[in-house]
Amino acid sequence: MRNYLLKLCLLLMLPAAVFGRTIIVSPHTQIQTLKKAIDLAKNGDTIIVQPGLYTSINTIVNKELTILGEGKPVLDAHHREEVVTITSNNVKFDGFIIQNSRTGSMRDFAGVRLSKVQNVTVSNNTLLNNFFGIYLSDSNNISVINNHLSGSNNAENSGNGIHLWKCKYVLISGNYVTHHRDGIYFEFAKNSTIENNVSEKNIRYGLHFMFSDDDTYLHNTFRNNGSGVAVMYTRRIKMLNNTFTQNWGGSIYGLLLKEISDAQIEGNQFIRNTTGIYMENTERIRVTKNNFRSNGWAVRVLASCYNNYFTNNNFEGNSFDATTNGSLKENYFSNNYWDKYEGYDLDKNGIGDVPYRPISLYAQVIEQNPQSVMLMRSFIVNLMDKVERAVPSVTPETVKDEKPMMKPWKR
Amino acid sequence: MEEIIGIKGLKKSFGRLSVLKNISCSFEEGRVVSILGPNASGKTTLIKSVLGMVIPDEGDILFKGAPVTGTYNYKRHIGYMPQIGRYPDNMKIGQLFRMVMDIRQEDTALDTDLLKEYKLESMYNKTMRTLSGGTLQKVSAALAFMFNPDVLILDEPSAGLDPFAAEALKEKIMHEKHRGKLILITSHILSEADEISDNIMYLIEGQIKFYKSLHQLKDETGEQKLGRALTKIIV
Amino acid sequence: MFKIAKYIILDIVRSKVLIAYTVLLLAISLTIFMADGDVTKGLVSITTVIMIIVPLVSVVYSTTYYFNAAEFTELLVSQPISRKNILMGKFIGIGSSVLFAFVAGVCIPVSIFAFSATGITLMVSGCLLTLSFVSLAFFTSTRTRDKARGIGLALMLWFYFAILFDGLVLLFLYSFADYPLEKAMIALTALNPIDLARILILLQLDISALMGYTGALYQQFFGSGSGIIFSLILQIIWIGAPLLLALKAFKKKDL
Repeated sequence: MRNYLLKLCLLLMLPAAVFGRTIIVSPHTQIQTLKKAIDLAKNGDTIIVQPGLYTSINTIVNKELTILGEGKPVLDAHHREEVVTITSNNVKFDGFIIQNSRTGSMRDFAGVRLSKVQNVTVSNNTLLNNFFGIYLSDSNNISVINNHLSGSNNAENSGNGIHLWKCKYVLISGNYVTHHRDGIYFEFAKNSTIENNVSEKNIRYGLHFMFSDDDTYLHNTFRNNGSGVAVMYTRRIKMLNNTFTQNWGGSIYGLLLKEISDAQIEGNQFIRNTTGIYMENTERIRVTKNNFRSNGWAVRVLASCYNNYFTNNNFEGNSFDATTNGSLKENYFSNNYWDKYEGYDLDKNGIGDVPYRPISLYAQVIEQNPQSVMLMRSFIVNLMDKVERAVPSVTPETVKDEKPMMKPWKR
Repeated sequence: MEEIIGIKGLKKSFGRLSVLKNISCSFEEGRVVSILGPNASGKTTLIKSVLGMVIPDEGDILFKGAPVTGTYNYKRHIGYMPQIGRYPDNMKIGQLFRMVMDIRQEDTALDTDLLKEYKLESMYNKTMRTLSGGTLQKVSAALAFMFNPDVLILDEPSAGLDPFAAEALKEKIMHEKHRGKLILITSHILSEADEISDNIMYLIEGQIKFYKSLHQLKDETGEQKLGRALTKIIV
Repeated sequence: MFKIAKYIILDIVRSKVLIAYTVLLLAISLTIFMADGDVTKGLVSITTVIMIIVPLVSVVYSTTYYFNAAEFTELLVSQPISRKNILMGKFIGIGSSVLFAFVAGVCIPVSIFAFSATGITLMVSGCLLTLSFVSLAFFTSTRTRDKARGIGLALMLWFYFAILFDGLVLLFLYSFADYPLEKAMIALTALNPIDLARILILLQLDISALMGYTGALYQQFFGSGSGIIFSLILQIIWIGAPLLLALKAFKKKDL
């Protein structure tokens, strides 16, 4: 009987322990800051912050809390410190405007910092004018969802939008990042997924990987960045169904690959970039089922790249399909559609009977003498290219698509 | 008689070839003047100078007393029939007349005598390409007389015309002369000049060999025919 | 001068050569658009073709017409109308007729199949190219006496601008590869109306590649609107200047 009573008592107490209390923060109540609410709260509590402008000089979330902004309350650090730091596991932080973190070269001040935590969700926030946006370090199983980040767009005062350092199993989904240094930055961040984000007009890269293996990014749009995506010193990245567009300028690429291996690049759209994909020291990259359209150079593969495969892609309306800086070996092109292909298909199997050479003579000329860009599409250049295609002498003999498609791949 | 066209010290050369060497003369109203001379004597250059097609190196051309080199309004008073009438291939006769009417925009009644005489009105819709050389000449002649100009300049007018058409033209020339107009004709056909001319100008190598009335010319040589008279003087 | 232009247009519009030219352009445009579903590729092909054919036909046809109408010109000069008006009338007449052929043969199909910024650029630059070569034809025609020479000169001009010029530029580039030649290249482009038309189209088709050049002048030239404005203004100069020189010559010319 006492046993039953005890059990009943426990049962009655459970709701308080599981669902916690709810604490309201409002300029009109006694609890006027988030900090104060956190001090009062216990693990498992919910804090609701009502609309208003709150000063938040590095508010530290050190308890397992659900913190919800109601009607987008503003947390402002007035450029004095970080805005919010999360140091506890199992936190949900949702629905705030977070602005004006401190900037400077001494430390990476952030709008929201996550440090050594697990199972944290940062969602539906708007981050304005912060040095770094959302900064994750030494954290696992984190979700960063549907946030809107806009940096200062000042080259000296701009950190990365979403920054990961030594993280695992992070989901970054549905965010919009602009005017930061790198839109999304991964350093030693592994087994993570980046999906459905838009990263545009960032000063350096839309998305940047350093020493980060086994990540996947898909269905993202990288528009008009210093370069779309840079993948460096990294292995086994999957790049699927993304759009890289309008990444324009000297040394600006849709996708920059440097010292990477075993990547899969599939189903992406490369549209109107100065260079669609740039490859340096890459190995075993599979570039397949992508569309390259209206780029200056669809792919630029340096001579240091080996065993890369380009198959089933469409190349349409690019000024140049491919270039290299030397003799290209052991890179393979097959079953691609090239709109510049002028061969024939006598056996009507849909595959051209003569190989296509994606590197034109003029591409080589322009490589040595960039100023000759002014002669593009002139009669003399067309003539040179035609002659070279008929009787190849200068362009690399090994670079060719033995099975060029007669019609573009439908997707 | 009043002077209509005066030429003073006219000089023209094409490259090293001197075509007109200091020509001075005057043409009066109510006269038919034939300008004769061997090939390359400067006949055509002289009339082209008057028409402003050739720009003289030196000298003046006066029209009713005023210098006209470089101007174009005086051409309102000139009708010109070229030696060879060639017009844009697909232009219709009617269009040509209408165009010149558009350009001249004159209020005076049109002189359609030749138009009727040559039955050109029924051919208004024919294109120039389909016309014979003779018909083209008729078109040129009709056009020259159409606007009742004070001066008519006819370059080898009867070349290519059939005898009836040539006769009609001749009658028209005489008619206009009696109305007080000045008519300048270059021609190779001496009998024709004999028939209609009041004055004869003879050019050799760009100079006026003589410029006299036909009457005087015949008297001086004692010949009845212009051809023989000329032979006597030149040889 | 519009009176003269009107009658010249009425004449040319019925000429077999002009009709043939219109049909040729139309056939080329339609074949290209029909054969390929990709309109951008179609525009590229049309560009390649018109950069050669349009200047050639414009300059040769205008020259031929000019000389064939020599006697007609004499007749006009004998009328009370200034020489300036006569030549301008002829230019407007011939120019608008050849332009009409281009509009009917290229602009209409492009408007139907590929109405885009590139399409519009192609149309505009093609029109300007047509007029500049008509203007060049007037320049050479007023400075030569006989038809054979005139046509010879017209063909030489075409060969020089359409084919030789860019070859020489390439040679020049290779000879002075070590020097910064941006300014020189832009200046050289200004010396050829075909190159100007080409640059206009490049700025549409290949802007992605052009933006890859780091030189400040190229950046500005390609990146801002200045390249477009530069090319357009110079193309208009290439129409106006030869015509002005032709006018000067025609005023002093013995017919």
